[in-house]
Amino acid sequence: MSLKIENLHANIGDREILKGLNLEIPKGEVHAIMGKNGSGKSTLAKVMAGHPDYEVSIGQVLLDGLNLFEMEEPDQRARTGLFVAFQYPMEVPGVTIANFIRAALQARLPEGEELDAVEYYHHLYEKMDMLKIDRKFTSRAVNEGFSGGEKKRCEILQMAMLNPVYAVLDETDSGLDIDALRIVSEGVNAMRGPERGLLVITHYQRLLDYIVPDVVHVMVDGRIVMSGDKTLAHKLEAEGYDWVEKEILQQA
Amino acid sequence: METKPDLNIDRSIGDFHYDVDYEFDAGIGLSEKTIDYICDVKKDPDWIREFRKEALRKFNSMPMPTNWASHDLDNIVFQNIRYYLSQGTEPKRSWDDVPEDVKRTFERLGIPEQERKFLAGVEAQFDSEAAYSNIKAAVGEQGVIFVGSTEGLHKHPEIFKKWFGKVIPTGDNKFSALNSAVFSGGSFIYIPPGVKVKHPLQAYFRINAENFGQFERTLIIADEGSEVMYMEGCTAPKFETSTLHSAVVELVALKGAKIQYITVQNWSANVFNLVTKRGLAHEEAEIKWIDCNIGSRLTMKYPGVIMKGRKARGEVISIALAGDGQHQDTGAKMVHAADETTSNIVSKSISLGSGRSTYRGLVQIGRHLKGCKNNTECDALLINTESRTDTYPAITVRGKENACQHEASVSKISAEQIFYMQQRGISKAAAMSLAVNGFVNDLVQQFPMEYSVELKRLIDLEMEGSVG
Repeated sequence: MSLKIENLHANIGDREILKGLNLEIPKGEVHAIMGKNGSGKSTLAKVMAGHPDYEVSIGQVLLDGLNLFEMEEPDQRARTGLFVAFQYPMEVPGVTIANFIRAALQARLPEGEELDAVEYYHHLYEKMDMLKIDRKFTSRAVNEGFSGGEKKRCEILQMAMLNPVYAVLDETDSGLDIDALRIVSEGVNAMRGPERGLLVITHYQRLLDYIVPDVVHVMVDGRIVMSGDKTLAHKLEAEGYDWVEKEILQQA
Repeated sequence: METKPDLNIDRSIGDFHYDVDYEFDAGIGLSEKTIDYICDVKKDPDWIREFRKEALRKFNSMPMPTNWASHDLDNIVFQNIRYYLSQGTEPKRSWDDVPEDVKRTFERLGIPEQERKFLAGVEAQFDSEAAYSNIKAAVGEQGVIFVGSTEGLHKHPEIFKKWFGKVIPTGDNKFSALNSAVFSGGSFIYIPPGVKVKHPLQAYFRINAENFGQFERTLIIADEGSEVMYMEGCTAPKFETSTLHSAVVELVALKGAKIQYITVQNWSANVFNLVTKRGLAHEEAEIKWIDCNIGSRLTMKYPGVIMKGRKARGEVISIALAGDGQHQDTGAKMVHAADETTSNIVSKSISLGSGRSTYRGLVQIGRHLKGCKNNTECDALLINTESRTDTYPAITVRGKENACQHEASVSKISAEQIFYMQQRGISKAAAMSLAVNGFVNDLVQQFPMEYSVELKRLIDLEMEGSVG
């Protein structure tokens, strides 16, 4: 059981961004992708989720053997078990967090079945407490007027409530101060376990001190070019990405 | 002439009809004979017969308002419409006495059930006449009158005659003239001084027949210091041909009285909905219109308040949803005619597909007045690139000590927002529903709970229809 990305090519307009990406995240593991700006990290998250701006030319993504690209609508992929915590979550004016998450959970129930409201709020408050989110938040509109840190916490809250099989966290550390980073990381770590695979996309090694990955991958120009254990992240932090690129050139 | 695209929105709530035998039928077309027929069936007094005929003359002499309004109005063929259809003029006081063929329509629409749950009184109009009308005994004992317009004018002429046609004169516009000529049904309500009706009174207007025109006439008088909430709902089945709904609603709030008038319309996409609604607010009185326009082919409706007494208040809260091929031409009129009067207009419109929303607002504050305030907010939400929205505010504020504020915004539901919601597992239709409900959320919170649930359900249905 894994989230398996095979020879993925994707473009936006005429520009190819993913150029034959291969990656497999076995269930129960946490993987990290590091890479410079513009290497295609965020694109990977969006392409898997089914963002309408991107076109997949070759390749597939298998979620426990199910081909995500055979599911046309993003909501089908989400209900299959894929969650993306976005770098820049959208505002949904007028829709409260409580109603939003409730609608998302309701969408996972068979037709005619209603979510139990009491149980739902109990569950929601429990997760909010874990993420140290004030209960007043439930009546605020999704991401509207949120600070960067609030947005990220709200993404993790949604992840905790929706209980995905595989989650991709895109630059979850950006915009977080050190306290918020710790809280968010604790929330993510609470979701680690044998029944779930996580892919953490980040620019900086800092996040990986809190969410310690099993495997670190380096992405350059739309491909995974190097993989290693967590020490690879430290090396990248200390020496930058240039040596990776040189090494690839030498290999070629 | 404009041609209309196929209007194929799932309007399953109201889109059914049962065959009904009508006892009274004024036939097709409009002439003095039609009016005589209606007067004879309703046993109208002579002054009403005269009033109707004078109104017909005005109607015939007035031009269509197409110099400013949609040319789709030219597609109404007045001579093809049936102006009066009923099974009798006496509404029943018990659902058991309502003829089976009519009763099952209202049962399917859930009216008797709502009455039991939360209403102080109900009037259920089927085509031209009310089939059922009743108020709870406790409300009746307080002296509250809630009957149909015909019964009102027969049994309470002293109150009826004093206010009928006074807030909206016959010649106000072509369609108020038409209504005045052929009106039938609607409610007559009188609330005695100081009586505060706890639960809402409700009227339900159902069009069942094809090629039909419904012309109800409602008059509500809230005497000094009284309070009432009136709610109306409406549906019609989807016919091939167009149907006309042209009501006139007059409200009178005497000193210190409060009237809240709530409409949730769900007309099918073949209905021309051309309604004149206006209230007269005396000193320290308050009139609030809450108007939700979903469905219809063309709606033209601008509820108004004339603030006649010092410190009177007027408010219009409106939500309009223009689905594919529909045009919601709505707005508000606020006429300040005394010092220290305040008015508030909040209008939210949603345009979907080729749907079009138009806001027209009129605010008048005269030169001699002091301490008047108006606030106007107009927000439009566009869903997909074809849809269109226009705003035509007309604000005339004279005098030095008056204040007026106007804000307008246009926003779109972006593909990014829909994608974000879909990534959470929410279907595209449900995501659009959520976004639309979010857009109107602050207004819906002012509605009684039962109506906000109903409105949400209608929005959901409309979104499902638009995504396919």
